[in-house]
Amino acid sequence: MSINRTDVLLCCGSGCVSAGSLKVKEKMVEQLAKHGLTDEINIIETGCMGPCDYGPVMMVYPEGVFYKKVTPEDVPELVEEHFVKGRPLHRLMIQEGNKVIANKEDIPFYKKQVKVALENCGYINPEKIEEYIAVGGYEALGVALTEKTPQDAIDVIKNSGLRGRGGGGFPTGLKWQFVHDAEGSPKYVVCNGDEGDPGAFMDRSLLEGDPHRVLEGMMLAGYATGASEGFFYIRAEYPLAIRRIRNAIKQAREYGLIGKNIMGTEFCFDAEVRTGAGAFVCGEETALIKSIEGRRGQPIPKPPFPANRGLRENPTLVNNVETLGNIPTIFRKGAEWFAGMGIETSRGTKVFALTGDVKNTGLVEVPMGITLRELIYDVGGGMADGKKFKAVQLGGPSGGCLTEQHLDCSIDYETLKNLGAMVGSGGVIVMADNNCMVNVAKFFLEFSMEESCGKCTPCRVGLKMMHTILDRICQGKGQEGDVEELERLGETIKQTSLCGLGQTAPNPVLSTLRYFRHEYEEHLEKKSCSTCTCLNLMHFEIDKEKCIGCSLCARKCPVSCITGSREEKFTIAQDPCVKCGNCFEVCPVKAVQKLPGMAELTAVNSSFSSLYE
Amino acid sequence: MGVTAGKDGLLYKRLKEVIDEKKNLQDPLIEVLREAQDIFGFLPIEVQEFVASELGLPIAEVYGVVTFYNFFSMVPQGKHIINVCTGTACYVKGADRIIKMMEEELGVKLGETTKDNLFTLSSVRCVGACSLAPVFVIGEDTYGRVDSRTKLVAILDKYRQ
Ligand SMILES: Cc1cc2nc3c(=O)[nH]c(=O)nc-3n(C[C@H](O)[C@H](O)[C@H](O)COP(=O)(O)O)c2cc1C
Ligand code: FES
Repeated sequence: MSINRTDVLLCCGSGCVSAGSLKVKEKMVEQLAKHGLTDEINIIETGCMGPCDYGPVMMVYPEGVFYKKVTPEDVPELVEEHFVKGRPLHRLMIQEGNKVIANKEDIPFYKKQVKVALENCGYINPEKIEEYIAVGGYEALGVALTEKTPQDAIDVIKNSGLRGRGGGGFPTGLKWQFVHDAEGSPKYVVCNGDEGDPGAFMDRSLLEGDPHRVLEGMMLAGYATGASEGFFYIRAEYPLAIRRIRNAIKQAREYGLIGKNIMGTEFCFDAEVRTGAGAFVCGEETALIKSIEGRRGQPIPKPPFPANRGLRENPTLVNNVETLGNIPTIFRKGAEWFAGMGIETSRGTKVFALTGDVKNTGLVEVPMGITLRELIYDVGGGMADGKKFKAVQLGGPSGGCLTEQHLDCSIDYETLKNLGAMVGSGGVIVMADNNCMVNVAKFFLEFSMEESCGKCTPCRVGLKMMHTILDRICQGKGQEGDVEELERLGETIKQTSLCGLGQTAPNPVLSTLRYFRHEYEEHLEKKSCSTCTCLNLMHFEIDKEKCIGCSLCARKCPVSCITGSREEKFTIAQDPCVKCGNCFEVCPVKAVQKLPGMAELTAVNSSFSSLYE
Repeated sequence: MGVTAGKDGLLYKRLKEVIDEKKNLQDPLIEVLREAQDIFGFLPIEVQEFVASELGLPIAEVYGVVTFYNFFSMVPQGKHIINVCTGTACYVKGADRIIKMMEEELGVKLGETTKDNLFTLSSVRCVGACSLAPVFVIGEDTYGRVDSRTKLVAILDKYRQ
């Protein structure tokens, strides 16, 4: 390791890179050289530190100072103040009220977090195996290979209470046992890095930020189950994750940590990377196996489970990235330690990708069993831009939307399932009150419909039928009985579909029907969308009081339906209006308003719109 | 094979090299198609036939795989592929507005390629940069929180040079 005076950990996770952290690095290198500090200060590019909203972020050690939103323009001052004069630059630190928070531990975002899988993410350089080894990496593997039998290793995981983090929540130790006991050879371990849930990025961050951990987890799983070959299946949208894992495998090979007779034992294991090609259903384990075999990624009925008949008809263990990421730490710190976190049925911690209308978007890891309120308000810092909370979506296209009344519920597999949502892979999307829940349901359904592989009829045809109904409700053409039909179809599809995609795809619709039924009824009966999202159920009007008669709206209108003059002010003819929203966007005084309800109705009953204020 | 001659000859030669290198992997079809798409920019039927015969697979199987995965395209793509994220986080933060602005600026609809073959506009479900929503990706560069037309045009201009 370095003998430098100071280490600068610069976050190079996907969020910070897009926010410009590589340009910050360039400027840092230049400025440090200018002050002759190049040899004293070591810049380390790390994986995601979590608070993506503050990006680009950096930590300076040994002081432990956390800097946020650093731009290349800030760098000269930062170097001058912090590194030359030794004074932290308050301007770029997190402030609470007018108090500067000096230490990372005191930042509210980190306070309730406990990092297990993400332990090293943001602390080490993911491209150097030496750094992983320096923080205890591959120690667990060494101990397991030399001191534990495979059955001992399985028992450790069984006792830890770890459950699969890929969505299903199946007890990991039990799954290992099945593969261990299954007949056939060679056996395989597959790491599921398909991360299909749109709105989730924890697997990506882990693969990019601490690839060796996932590799070590895979090898431990391989040892325990008797597998000799591993596959990382990573989606094509994550090119950096693919490169990092390839690099990790290469380095491990150079160190003799992968290959034949690892650490001088009998254990032989090798791993390679296979890339996905853009199909959500390939996250499903049987489809994933088909895809690794180079075929169309269509699921097959279970049983037989992959544990008995998987890749090339041999016993195969499929585990999620985060599941494998927990393994090395459980071995190092012990099953009891892990089981000491969380609650009864859900042990340990879970990584969540917190996004949407919440202040601190980013990657967080919290103990299972904390409440949604703690997650959204304490860790997430509450709603962004003073917006009002409406719903939180968990579990992606297989999950559901929960409301204000559920905020004090605990986050664990059973509670969320009973409420009609699920822990899923860990995407948490917070929605403010400008979201139309009928539209949200339609969004998810559209996703599942497009991603259905088409093999079984309930999923292929049923989802299409549900979508048709939702679409007409949003168009204002809903019919009596539509809501009941949605429920009937949803239940049928859940029960009769071949794989998990169809079996869970109706959930977003069913959960919104359960908690936001009034919005469906409003769309159906009153022909009105109170959030003004569904274009046929809203209209634009110009407030004559505010209008200054500048005519900008009229000039931007593609169908010339706005007329008037400086004196008369402007009006929108509702019939020809195509609701493109141009007038709304260009009005310099915000005189153009969105109003719920169809335009004709307001003409007949002018007090109608006031019902929704 | 006749196709190996002519102006595409070089490309086929490169593909042949790739196939020879990957042939001994188990089940190499998807990896080979990915490289083929890299080389040709898309996967016309002739390329699929070539891959099928080199790997000793029925053409139906190759075609089946190409049409199953979103990543593979059978029509030519622009030089830069713009993928607007329509995942959940981006949907909540207004991905539809980005698409609308892109369509207007490029003069094409989603799924189409500009006349000068510079850009193909398409969509993707989540690129894993959700905290920067709304997000779009051009090639391997990710852009987040683009909230105005001026910013968007500035980004596009970088690729126009
Ligand atoms: C439609 C569908 C998509 C899935 N997508 C993923 C995914 O992206 N990542 C993942 O780890 N598991 C996914 N799963 C779950 C896998 O089938 C499998 O249960 C999981 O990888 C097992 O790993 P675990 O026990 O470690 O969670 C998906 C399941 C279904 C039905
Ligand atoms: S939803 Fe757009 S990047 Fe994840």
